[in-house]
Amino acid sequence: MSKEVNLEEQFQARIDAGERIEPKDWMPEKYRKTHIRQISQHAHSEIVGMLPEGNWITRAPSLRRKVGLLAKVQDEAGHGLYLYSAAETLGISRDELEVQLLTGKAKYSSIFNYPTLSWADIGAIGWLVDGAAIINQVMLTRTSYGPYARAMVRICKEESFHQRQGYEIMLGLAKGTPEQKEMAQDALNRFWWPSLMMFGPRDHESPNTAQSVRWKIKRKTNDELRQQFIDITAPQADYLGLTIPDPDLKWNEERGHYDFGEINWDEFWQVVKGNGPCNRERIEARTKAREDGAWVREAALQYAAKKATRNQSKAV
Amino acid sequence: MSSEWPLFEVFIRSKNGLEHRHVGSLHAADDTMALENARDVYTRRQEGVSIWVVESRHIKASNPEAAGELFEPAMDKIYRHPTFYELPIELKHI
Repeated sequence: MSKEVNLEEQFQARIDAGERIEPKDWMPEKYRKTHIRQISQHAHSEIVGMLPEGNWITRAPSLRRKVGLLAKVQDEAGHGLYLYSAAETLGISRDELEVQLLTGKAKYSSIFNYPTLSWADIGAIGWLVDGAAIINQVMLTRTSYGPYARAMVRICKEESFHQRQGYEIMLGLAKGTPEQKEMAQDALNRFWWPSLMMFGPRDHESPNTAQSVRWKIKRKTNDELRQQFIDITAPQADYLGLTIPDPDLKWNEERGHYDFGEINWDEFWQVVKGNGPCNRERIEARTKAREDGAWVREAALQYAAKKATRNQSKAV
Repeated sequence: MSSEWPLFEVFIRSKNGLEHRHVGSLHAADDTMALENARDVYTRRQEGVSIWVVESRHIKASNPEAAGELFEPAMDKIYRHPTFYELPIELKHI
């Protein structure tokens, strides 16, 4: 017992000194579990996030838009892979991670439970959803767990084009015909509040925040990140000539930040609990992909085994 | 549950003249597939000119708990560094 306490103190001292933690290092069980939860949730979000955007690849309005969106969705598959790999260094298997997603034991970002009803939604997602994700991810490049931080560095490098392609779509629509501008406004109306919810509950309702900050898993709180996002994004909406759907949003000279209205937390918890517009559809799509691919994974293993045997007999 | 594809570690040489560097890992049925997938995942933006993959179970790693006995003995051997040796400043090219 006293040995355990001592190890935890040493661990905290390493974190306080700014050292990174690597896979084989001793770590408190709760640090390991928190990371598995957070990294896998992040990985699942990348993979499920491919679905609402994939929905528009075949209907992109031009080849330029299509190659951009295709590349973005490909990146997200890669980002999911980096993150799953980071989670696996903590001693959980890829299979377990996938089963946790499909059974609802693990969560993913609620934003992907909203449907993409028009092409403008692809613009709004790139601009707002990727914008919010980048703010979170830039912070995470300095997180205390080495493999997670390295995955984040790679992801951040690749992700900056995502937000730019989204904003370019919004810009095209906002400067287009009145109908196109209307589409852009409608997408902003629907994606603004869910984007703010991406940062999670208010600090006083987020029981894990204090420990996560102490362990340098997070270096900023949910509310700090949300404020940062709003301060960056509000002027970008002005530039588009679009109106953010929040009558309370206004610059507060004294605080040096934008004030904003209350988030509908009932909606947030409803979607987290599985009652969002697309929760069921998303999990069905992932389950189908896993089941339809089962024979391919099986066959590839058999083929690899057969090839290995052949090579062996050749060597003899 | 069917058995999982083995895990591979991926190393990439970003350009000739530089060493291969560990960039991440992936699952694949065999080393050929690992190489193909590494190319698709880790070199989408011209990050490399050469890839190595090796199955993770073939890597023997040192134990962090042994870091003391492995690496601390080098700490007090300052005579392995050039600055340990005192020579007059007016001396050139040494």
